[in-house]
Amino acid sequence: MDDVVRLRSAVCLLGRFPALAGVDLVVPKGETLLVRGANGAGKTTLLRALAGLVPVVGGEAQVLGCDLRRDRRAVRRRVGLLGHSAALYDDLTVADNLRFWSRAARSPTPDLAGAMARLGLDGRLAGVPAARLSAGQRRRSALAVLVARSPELWLLDEPHAGLDAAGRDVLDDLVRQVTAAGATVVLASHELDRAAALATRSVTVAGGRMVDDGACVSDIVEGPSQPEPVHVA
Amino acid sequence: MWRDALLVAGKDLRIEVRSRVATNQVAPFALLVLVLFAFALDPDRGVLTRAAAGLFWVAVLLSALLAVQRAQTVESAEGTGDALRLSGLDPAGIFLGKAGAVVVQLLALELLLGVGVVVLYGVDPSGWATLAATAVAATMGLAAAGTLYGALAAGSRVRETLLPLLLLPAVAPVLIAATRASEAALGTGGLDVASGDWLALLSVFAVVYVAFGVVAFGPLMEEQ
Amino acid sequence: MTTETSTSDIAEKDRSTGDPSGPGPIGPTSGGPLTLSLGLAAMVALGATLVLGLTLPATVEQGDYSRLIAIHPGVAWASYIAFGMTALASVLWLWPRTRSGHWDRVAGASAEIGVVFTALTLATGSIWGRATWGVWWVWDARLTLSALMLALYLGYLALRRVPASPDVRARRSAVTALLAVTVVPLNHFAVTWWRTLHQGRSMAQIDPGNDLDGAFIGAMLLGLLAMTLVYAWLLAQRVRVARLEDEAEEATLAQAIVERRREAAVV
Repeated sequence: MDDVVRLRSAVCLLGRFPALAGVDLVVPKGETLLVRGANGAGKTTLLRALAGLVPVVGGEAQVLGCDLRRDRRAVRRRVGLLGHSAALYDDLTVADNLRFWSRAARSPTPDLAGAMARLGLDGRLAGVPAARLSAGQRRRSALAVLVARSPELWLLDEPHAGLDAAGRDVLDDLVRQVTAAGATVVLASHELDRAAALATRSVTVAGGRMVDDGACVSDIVEGPSQPEPVHVA
Repeated sequence: MWRDALLVAGKDLRIEVRSRVATNQVAPFALLVLVLFAFALDPDRGVLTRAAAGLFWVAVLLSALLAVQRAQTVESAEGTGDALRLSGLDPAGIFLGKAGAVVVQLLALELLLGVGVVVLYGVDPSGWATLAATAVAATMGLAAAGTLYGALAAGSRVRETLLPLLLLPAVAPVLIAATRASEAALGTGGLDVASGDWLALLSVFAVVYVAFGVVAFGPLMEEQ
Repeated sequence: MTTETSTSDIAEKDRSTGDPSGPGPIGPTSGGPLTLSLGLAAMVALGATLVLGLTLPATVEQGDYSRLIAIHPGVAWASYIAFGMTALASVLWLWPRTRSGHWDRVAGASAEIGVVFTALTLATGSIWGRATWGVWWVWDARLTLSALMLALYLGYLALRRVPASPDVRARRSAVTALLAVTVVPLNHFAVTWWRTLHQGRSMAQIDPGNDLDGAFIGAMLLGLLAMTLVYAWLLAQRVRVARLEDEAEEATLAQAIVERRREAAVV
């Protein structure tokens, strides 16, 4: 299967709020997809659903060949999610954090020094407790964790936020490099100039649905999905 | 599972070593509780010596609450909970690792408190083999129950108040059994059920909660 | 599960196996004939227990308080049934083939009623204790166990009130209920060994065992029956209310999805 992501009428609930209200999305392997949308449109929930964190309760959802409705844990080890907050233990150093997360993911050949050098975290910063890092440095550390894990699907939520110009360049290079190597990237961003240059395609989310899906979606889905009647008396 | 458990336990212990919360706050707190008991009870040594086993275990129980809450806070900060779920670590391994780290911390604390009880309450530490066995069995039960209830209460805004309400009635058998077994070892309890029976109860408790945690931790971790 | 539906199966999940009495999607607004007859039977049995209990003779040692035998054992018995039912319903929820929102509602409702009965057990027990032992509370094994059970299930109910999605709450609650029911025997051993050996007084010996004539046994058995019926009736009513609440919330889900999609037009 060449499609890394296949969603059809996918519904995700946050509590009782349908953050995703029937999403259709197909992402082929190697693509860099930009997800646009206003605040609260459902971008973050979409990425978290693709990572197997938020349960998909309606419709169909397959990521990397795993059916998310049947088992959403199988996919987790193979995706990398860069969320709003960097997943770092404040009391551990950057190097400690990186070592723990890459061991946890059982990365085959973790090049920790390379990953840190790549994001400018080598030298003094490697031994600094995460609590003392600036927002941009935390972002870089989180990216370094992803580099060390080398996932098949990269899910980047506002990746440019908090990074300086040099950091953004590093990020863009990184995305181009991993997609060239066969990985797939889905990024949600408001920084359209930067992100659009990076992306090979873009979609827009609004009200928990795709509002201008690209051509390749309509090939598969026969017409836009309608809200099915929910049986209530 | 065991590899993941070691990894997580190593990580938690490293955090405790770096942050020094256990040594700088929990341990002084526990010793302070021992001193407060001396203020509250008759300073005449007779009362304190007779009650020493019970007071010791109450102090351990209160410190265990702090340690468990601390172990939970570490994971709920800044997206590490998500990352732990995404990491592909075996949930049973995460449970064993987190509970194991709490066991190590509590055992160290119990050693300190033990010295405190001997010095402050004038207890004669005879029967130390029974005491050590009691401490290990009781601590494993406490840590497993605490980690499990910590996961149940995690993610709720009332976590700090909910955890004691859930945990304390559940570990009542540990408090009773550990106190009686210690009294039997110290010879302060009078005629009683043999300490072997109490040890058996403690072991059953620990086994039940470890088994529960290994099975249930995965589904419980899925929640936010 | 069909692949066609996106939202309807969420709302329908509960309904497929759930409902024991009500035929319609939304149950009747009052109990059915079964619940009604259960309620009547409970009232009759309770009335009979009261009459029989009040006509019991006063005993020499305990005076009028001996008549509590008509109430106290029945209340304690009902609390054990209630917590047993909570555990059973939790297992049925956790078992994938019987999983349904119904069992979660039964577990929660039964625990609520169990807590009430446990509180009544403690109240009647300490009133009886005041008459028998001269103090409101003694560290009797059974009283202590009841107090611990009350605390355990108060924690369970507190956890149920923590806001979460229905599935999350049901799983969390089911695990807690199973933990609680596992702790009860451990507590039992701990408390029994602890108390009975220190002071050879427990309810078993204090109960007016020698002068338990037929009337006392009869009143106690009738009390057990009455409290069981009252429990069953309360459970049926509470589960029905819980189901109506859940259905009211589910009815809004379809609406929520439509509204969520409408946000797109505004942007």
